[in-house]
Amino acid sequence: MATEALLAFVEGVGRRSLQAVREVGYLAALLVEALYWLVLGRWRRQPVRLRAIFKEAVGVGIDAIPIVGLASFAIGMMLAIQGIHTLRTFGAEGQVVLGIALSVTREFAPLITGIFVAGRSGSAIAARIGTMQISQEIDALRVIGINPVRYLVAPLLAAMLLTLPALTVMADLVALFGGALYCAGELSLPVDVFFSRVFAALEIGDVLQGVAKSLVFAVVITLIGAGNGFNVSAGAEGVGRATTRSVVLGCIGIILADMVFTFLASR
Amino acid sequence: MELDYAIEVTDLVTHYGPRKILDEISFTARQGEVMVIMGGSGSGKSTLLRHLLGLHRPTSGSIKLLGKDITQLDADAMFDLRKNMGVAFQGGALFNSMTVGENVELPLREHTKLDDNTIKIMSRMKLEVVNLAGFEQLMPSELSGGMIKRAALARAIVMDPKLLFFDEPSAGLDPVASAELDELILTLRDAMNMTIVVVTHELESAFKIADRITVLDYGKILMSDTVAAVRASEHPRIRSLLDRTPRNDAIDPDEYMERLTREIIRT
Repeated sequence: MATEALLAFVEGVGRRSLQAVREVGYLAALLVEALYWLVLGRWRRQPVRLRAIFKEAVGVGIDAIPIVGLASFAIGMMLAIQGIHTLRTFGAEGQVVLGIALSVTREFAPLITGIFVAGRSGSAIAARIGTMQISQEIDALRVIGINPVRYLVAPLLAAMLLTLPALTVMADLVALFGGALYCAGELSLPVDVFFSRVFAALEIGDVLQGVAKSLVFAVVITLIGAGNGFNVSAGAEGVGRATTRSVVLGCIGIILADMVFTFLASR
Repeated sequence: MELDYAIEVTDLVTHYGPRKILDEISFTARQGEVMVIMGGSGSGKSTLLRHLLGLHRPTSGSIKLLGKDITQLDADAMFDLRKNMGVAFQGGALFNSMTVGENVELPLREHTKLDDNTIKIMSRMKLEVVNLAGFEQLMPSELSGGMIKRAALARAIVMDPKLLFFDEPSAGLDPVASAELDELILTLRDAMNMTIVVVTHELESAFKIADRITVLDYGKILMSDTVAAVRASEHPRIRSLLDRTPRNDAIDPDEYMERLTREIIRT
């Protein structure tokens, strides 16, 4: 009896691993296809239209500005509060600027941006494509002769790759501004001095690292959202499940990708 | 070149997982005729339609549309063929994010380089054909069931296809709306010489519009013949479909026990 239960457990693990590998493979294929249409669509008479890219860019990028701005402002301020609190034990609170500058640009700005976009847009992508799947709209696209990946995923991927780095740079500035305001109050450090110290401390590589991360996050969010949407099969409940799944997997994917990226980039 | 047959299906076999859905299906439809595919629920008629549309790959057999075998065509040739195919799905499958007008215009925008005004006029002409003139600004969610089907039909015929597929035109409609749709199908056949494939289980509508009827049952073709021949058929399954008698398949007691106890008694 015990061996049977153990066997069932091992079988379950194997099945799930196989499922996970299959899913990663599917997402990789989706990425290749989306890039294919972005680059070669024009020659295959199925261009990815600029209009569609801009429309998506407004949805995933411009509309996310307030929430990402607010979150990064709070993060910047929080970093300043914690930084000053910690560094005060060493009497080194003047060094807080360096800490904020590096952690915001290298880590927090891209991460916060990624997580918020995954929450806002990853779920929306999955819900939209999932609903289209169950109402046969995806089939309708195919019979009209419109490749669904070209029409739905490629513009989204392009829009994400354009707007996420821009949002990240914005988050950099807003978070630094948040930190600067707190330092101005707590350490009587004028905002302009704060920023001149920030720019003295930062190297271009620090900002680029954050921007590069945001490109990876853009791919992760788009693929997980779209992949879950296309795989919806069980009606409205399936759409709900895909939406939840895309947010959870999107956030986890971002954090894991971040870890790997940071590990590789800081070697 | 005048083709004898607009649709020529030969020995089509398809599986869904390990289950065989269609078994050695062969039938033909001539240019300019209305072929009704009839059968009860689970007879495989929807699967057959999806294969005719090139949405799935069959296990074996060939499907020739307008003389081209779609099981062998490459993506480019299929893309060209799709311009000659129109499909009206059961639920309409209108794109919910677009207005009715934009839905009807979409195939023209994707497949032609016509200017905006021409596209608008052409799509309005098709909306006139289906009696939806003046509704192009509405969203699909604002339409009634019958209007959605008619709008879907307008989108299906906007490219003046040679082949039109219509899935369950009368499902979910009141008798008047359904009769109007039947008239519309006949008008399209006569005015535009389209080959029209209608999948339905509605007898009345089938007999009214069909030139020939193909009766499917458990994935096999019972007969494919003229309306008169189907009406006169003595085949018990066809009779029960026509007379609306329930199927009285004899139950095999051993098989019945096996189904009930399957996975409970392990051998």
